[in-house]
Amino acid sequence: MATTDQEVNELIKREYEHGFVTDIESDTFEPGLNEDVIARLSGIKKEPEWMLEWRLKAYRRWLEMDEPDWAHVGYPKVDYNSISYYSAPKRKEDMPQSLDEVDPELLKTYEKLGIPLHEREKLAGVAVDAVFDSVSVATTFKEPLAKAGVIFCSISEAIQDYPELVQKYLGSVVPHGDNFFAALNSAVFSDGTFVYVPKGVRCPMELSTYFRINAANTGQFERTLIIAEDSSYVSYLEGCTAPMRDENQLHAAVVELVALDDAQIKYSTVQNWYPGDENGKGGIFNFVTKRGACIGKNSKISWTQVETGSAVTWKYPSCVLRGDNSVGEFYSVALTHNHQQADTGTKMIHLGKNTSSTIISKGISAGKSSNAYRGLVKFGPGAEGARNFTQCDSLLIGDRCGAHTFPYIESKNKSAIVEHEATTSKVSDEQMFLCRQRGIDPEQAVSMIVNGFCKEVFKELPMEFAVEAGKLLEVSLEGSVG
Amino acid sequence: MLSIKNLHASVEGKEILKGINLEIKAGEVHAIMGPNGSGKSTLSQVLAGNEAFEVTEGEVTLNGENLLDLETEERAREGIFLAFQYPVEIPGVSNLQFLRTAVNAMRHHKGEAEMNAAEFMKLAKEVSKQVDLDPAFLKRGVNEGFSGGEKKRNEIMQALLLQPKLAILDETDSGLDIDALQVVSNGVNALRAEDRAILMVTHYQRLLNHIVPDHVHVLAGGKIVKSGGRELALELEERGYGWLGIKDEEEAAANSAN
Repeated sequence: MATTDQEVNELIKREYEHGFVTDIESDTFEPGLNEDVIARLSGIKKEPEWMLEWRLKAYRRWLEMDEPDWAHVGYPKVDYNSISYYSAPKRKEDMPQSLDEVDPELLKTYEKLGIPLHEREKLAGVAVDAVFDSVSVATTFKEPLAKAGVIFCSISEAIQDYPELVQKYLGSVVPHGDNFFAALNSAVFSDGTFVYVPKGVRCPMELSTYFRINAANTGQFERTLIIAEDSSYVSYLEGCTAPMRDENQLHAAVVELVALDDAQIKYSTVQNWYPGDENGKGGIFNFVTKRGACIGKNSKISWTQVETGSAVTWKYPSCVLRGDNSVGEFYSVALTHNHQQADTGTKMIHLGKNTSSTIISKGISAGKSSNAYRGLVKFGPGAEGARNFTQCDSLLIGDRCGAHTFPYIESKNKSAIVEHEATTSKVSDEQMFLCRQRGIDPEQAVSMIVNGFCKEVFKELPMEFAVEAGKLLEVSLEGSVG
Repeated sequence: MLSIKNLHASVEGKEILKGINLEIKAGEVHAIMGPNGSGKSTLSQVLAGNEAFEVTEGEVTLNGENLLDLETEERAREGIFLAFQYPVEIPGVSNLQFLRTAVNAMRHHKGEAEMNAAEFMKLAKEVSKQVDLDPAFLKRGVNEGFSGGEKKRNEIMQALLLQPKLAILDETDSGLDIDALQVVSNGVNALRAEDRAILMVTHYQRLLNHIVPDHVHVLAGGKIVKSGGRELALELEERGYGWLGIKDEEEAAANSAN
């Protein structure tokens, strides 16, 4: 039934709604990367000597490394010397002391994105850290969080104010030489978010960081570090958007999570970086290293991601399950359309006894896009009684896209149990006909079918964001039916 | 209400309907009978606007409006309802959500306010009882893991919810045991109304014991070869399609197997 496929393909054509550029005065470095640039960056941030040393160590390591080419993606080589490694909105003072001092243009930008930085607004109950290009511009609800003993601030502030914590944990989960992009990030990261939840504290609200790339020819390299002490709990969400530009822009972030005894970290991502236009021009290269370490016994780290943006995605949020009985979870929806390429999945490294992990991955491909799940489930010799359940489902919309699954399993322990299920399906003509026969618009029908497909993942998102995610899918699919 | 004139339709270049003529008035129940491969299901799919079928000739009007010009969903909103022979599953989409979306699409079309979740839940529960479906079904995925009989009851429930002008029932009796047949028939009889027409497509006469038609047509080789009243169906049952000089593939297959 060619007609339906054609209609479905129409559905993919739509404008990126966050594609505006904010006209703001910025201090931006000249493109290029060398030790002087790193020293300058570190200097601007008034970083201690150890931080600069760490950056330079990472940089030297990076110089010796090759860009990975094993992912199921293809993109033009990035010229790392044509990128600017720092861009920050110009400020009259050093740092805004409160929201009132934040540039109104910036506040407007976040309003436009639907992320109010006023503490009374609709996201009340969610504390937001806003990162604009290379710097954190505002963090809300700092006071009530501080009362609970929770530290929620930019990583730059944390380096100043909590150097012991940063020094202890930075690079403890993702070492500075872990991989090409992680090494680059370690050398040049400009800002990001720091969260510390003390022993026994249940963080009283959702924490959220909103990342926005604005400046042209700039890379965004943020670093997030979340530490949950014994018996604590925190739920954290990040969102991302960028303007529409013809050139590709690089985003290479590193996220490290540390969960101690009986601690739980829930990390959710709604990623909607600019995906490029319908001919595949422009868009963000999203090369991200995310890893959580369940160090403590009975700890739990749960990743939930809804990925609809970026031209190329290379991302494997992982869990190292070191503590006995620790639990790792990965719930993912990755939607690609037009010429987008995604190679995403997870690694579950079982080291402790009775560790368990769950992987639910939902890939949706439309247009001419390519969507790959790549996952590693590994059991070390000490992972007695460990188990994993993996379910990878792919949904194809139209007949010009691709879905691929690359599961890897390595076991050094005979008692480990692995279950793996995988399905591939299509939005069928019969499903479309049933919906339309009941009076439902084709566009609404596709969106409903896709949302149904993603249900198991959406239910893992914090409620406010589950609704957002559903809407985001709807918008991302707009125009795929005529 | 529905007027079909010299309707020709083909699928993948093969002509299935070869000149159908049929007039259905409001309040009437018509049964189309015929052996397998006669074009019965094609006729229902074409009327509902399945794009797999191409109309090559003829016209179809619903209350004077050219139906063939309308998209599938527009036909549905104008009051064409098709109860599917093989209802497809939509995993993860709850029946409730699906039905509410459909009902609200219709209401929107008529300029009526959409129903909120609570209002709709109440309505859906009432209607599900009419076809003896446990309201728990509303929360399950559309047709997901439903038995054949449950799927058919679900289809009739949808007709009762959407209140169409013309309900086309495609082999609604197939795969039903006698109890389920009774339930489904009760549902269909509840649909009968002065301002509504029903077109039943069936292979067997037995459905017509429960839902008594006003007119019976026999379809063979893509054409209506005989029309009559209720008695035509009974006569067919007694004498078989061979009586009209029609070869029934299923009967032929059954006979040769014996």
